[in-house]
Amino acid sequence: MGAAGVARLHGLFATYKPPGLHWKHLRDTVELQLLKGLNAGKPPAPEQRVRFLLGPVEGSEDKELTLTATSVPTLTNHPLVRGPAFTSLKIGVGHRLDAQASGVLVLGVGQGRSLLTDMYNAHLTKDYTVRGLLGKATDDFREDGRLVEKTTYDHVTREKLDRILAVIQGSHQKALVTYSNLDLQTQEAYEMAVKGLIRPMNKSPMLITGIRCLHFVPPEFLLEVQCMHETQKQLRRLVHEIGLELKTTAVCSHVRRTRDGFFTLEDALLRTQWDLHSIQDAIQVAAPRVAAELEKNLRLGPGTQQLHGPGWHGDNERPSPALESWTAGG
Amino acid sequence: MALSAQQIPRWFNSIKRSSLITAAQLRNHFQRPGQTWLHGLSAQPQVSSDNCFLQWGFKIYRTSSKWNNSSQFTKSSGQEINSAQSTMLPSMNEQSQEIPTFDSELSLEGLDDVPPFSPLQPISEQEAVRIIADPPLPPDSFTLRDYVDHSETLQKLVLLGVDLSKIEKHPEAANLLLRLDFEKDINQVLLFLKDLGIEDSQLGAFLTKNYAIFSEDLENLKTRVAYLQSKSFSKADIAQMVRKAPFLLNFSVERLDNRLGFFQKELELSVKKTRDLVVRLPRLLTGSLEPVKENMKVYRLELGFKRNEIQHMITKTPKMLTANKRKLTETFDFVHNVMSIPHHIIVRFPQVFNARLFKVQERHSFLAYLGRAQYDPAKANYISLDKLVSVPDEIFCEDLAKASVQDFEKFLKTL
Repeated sequence: MGAAGVARLHGLFATYKPPGLHWKHLRDTVELQLLKGLNAGKPPAPEQRVRFLLGPVEGSEDKELTLTATSVPTLTNHPLVRGPAFTSLKIGVGHRLDAQASGVLVLGVGQGRSLLTDMYNAHLTKDYTVRGLLGKATDDFREDGRLVEKTTYDHVTREKLDRILAVIQGSHQKALVTYSNLDLQTQEAYEMAVKGLIRPMNKSPMLITGIRCLHFVPPEFLLEVQCMHETQKQLRRLVHEIGLELKTTAVCSHVRRTRDGFFTLEDALLRTQWDLHSIQDAIQVAAPRVAAELEKNLRLGPGTQQLHGPGWHGDNERPSPALESWTAGG
Repeated sequence: MALSAQQIPRWFNSIKRSSLITAAQLRNHFQRPGQTWLHGLSAQPQVSSDNCFLQWGFKIYRTSSKWNNSSQFTKSSGQEINSAQSTMLPSMNEQSQEIPTFDSELSLEGLDDVPPFSPLQPISEQEAVRIIADPPLPPDSFTLRDYVDHSETLQKLVLLGVDLSKIEKHPEAANLLLRLDFEKDINQVLLFLKDLGIEDSQLGAFLTKNYAIFSEDLENLKTRVAYLQSKSFSKADIAQMVRKAPFLLNFSVERLDNRLGFFQKELELSVKKTRDLVVRLPRLLTGSLEPVKENMKVYRLELGFKRNEIQHMITKTPKMLTANKRKLTETFDFVHNVMSIPHHIIVRFPQVFNARLFKVQERHSFLAYLGRAQYDPAKANYISLDKLVSVPDEIFCEDLAKASVQDFEKFLKTL
């Protein structure tokens, strides 16, 4: 099991992090389960070693001692003496999620850890569903934080919310263009901007490429957010600011990541599936897609850099069906 | 003809004091006519005390059979060679007093006619064959792998099933095992354990945990077993207790008595119930008592259970006594406040305290989503708590939730 098992353990796979679990505990649990699977092979056959022992040779006179090569059993590589064959694995974590948030968390094993860096440098967008609650304001923008203010929210309607979201999206669209360092006067840049394919390829503050309201039943509302370079705390702050724009207050009750680059909820492994075989299968299934997407990114990178200056753009996310309609409408 | 001198053990630098002692004993067995012994000493008279001692090492005649004697070598737990040599020096001074007397005895014999030694001296084929040039055992090591092939004790322990890779993490334990002789010490203890009722297949696991039993006196062990029998624990009970809590027999009679008394007073159970409790979970006797006291206070004051309720729960699931306090309060908080289950139902199913919190949370939210979260036995569609926590996922989905496993997984991905 061991060597063959570990040979298939190189690559990226996605897990579903449940709320309340620290990302590090998830990574450690996955490592433990993988080690358990790798060490659970059948024990090897007893080994022997060759020793040159002094002994009388048959057929000759007594007292004639010569060295003869004999195979004697040895216990040096017995599993009870040597210990388990695998004691640690190198597992890396992609974009982290804080303890309260849940959703798709990408992990890389072995050689796959370098692919994590490639994924980071590809600057892909991520999808979140953010659940908000009107009428409260807390210090850390979460529902169970220290209460700062309570307000009424009867005046809030769906249209007002949609208008606010459109304004947010518009301002972030401008920021996208600015941070991507593109010269919009050129024809190629204009065409890409029309298609909505511009995004920054280096560090930038949180940028929202798309935001819309899925569900609005006061006081609760559900937003779908597509963003990049974000942290979950900034998303909660976004909910708080939406509340302020609506002339009321809001807190965020839940943040859930539904897509990280090209890993979606279908690819994510649940807690019951964190074992050796499921992870090996998941890596195998994801490998061709990962390779194709990352290669597309790298291919587009250096070429466009010379054309358009330090920033460059690429279209390696799945086009969200909502995005085109939003840019057209708003 | 002198041939033993040719055998030069290469690791003479770190022969420790005890092997110095054994070397002196061996010397009496393998003494050659005085010439060879003396030559090492007289050839380099100006040598320092260290080297003088080292010459003793030169003369030790080793055969392969000698390696099996585990008292031959020692394994230091990371001692520096310098400090080891400094401990050797005082012994050197003692020995050096003996040397002159020895010298005076032998100097009368052929000091003149034996030519000085040289390693380049040609020797006959037979002598050459007899030179044992096995690679020397490392004087100290962090693992028992280096010594297992040369020690019968270790080999027999491995064949019994003792996990040496775990024992070598404790250097004192490893040293102890290396020095013990299988026939003299270990056999007695093994026979005692077999008498107690522990099977051969279970001996390995037991000894891996409790290697310290070899340093216990056999008489003490027998006294403790007799004490337990006097407290009306049956033989099978004692065997089960020792198997589950390997350190039990390392506790003195007084300590065992105190612990049993503590549990009887604290839990206020009858003698028979305390005995059953201890047989079911013997690590109560070997573990620390502070968590048990804390947990009893938590149940009474924080969670609000009455004394008879706590007694009932403990007799049903003794593991509650050693549970983590934080997990206990979190689980109770969820079960009582979120699932709205009153105390008297929790008392009937204390297994919830042993279950994982996330499991209870996931299953409850799924049932709540389906509208089947009904925990009151009086009403219809009642779901019992013990089935909720203990049953595997497939049966939970089929019987309790009346949904498919895929639905449950999809639901989990929306949490």
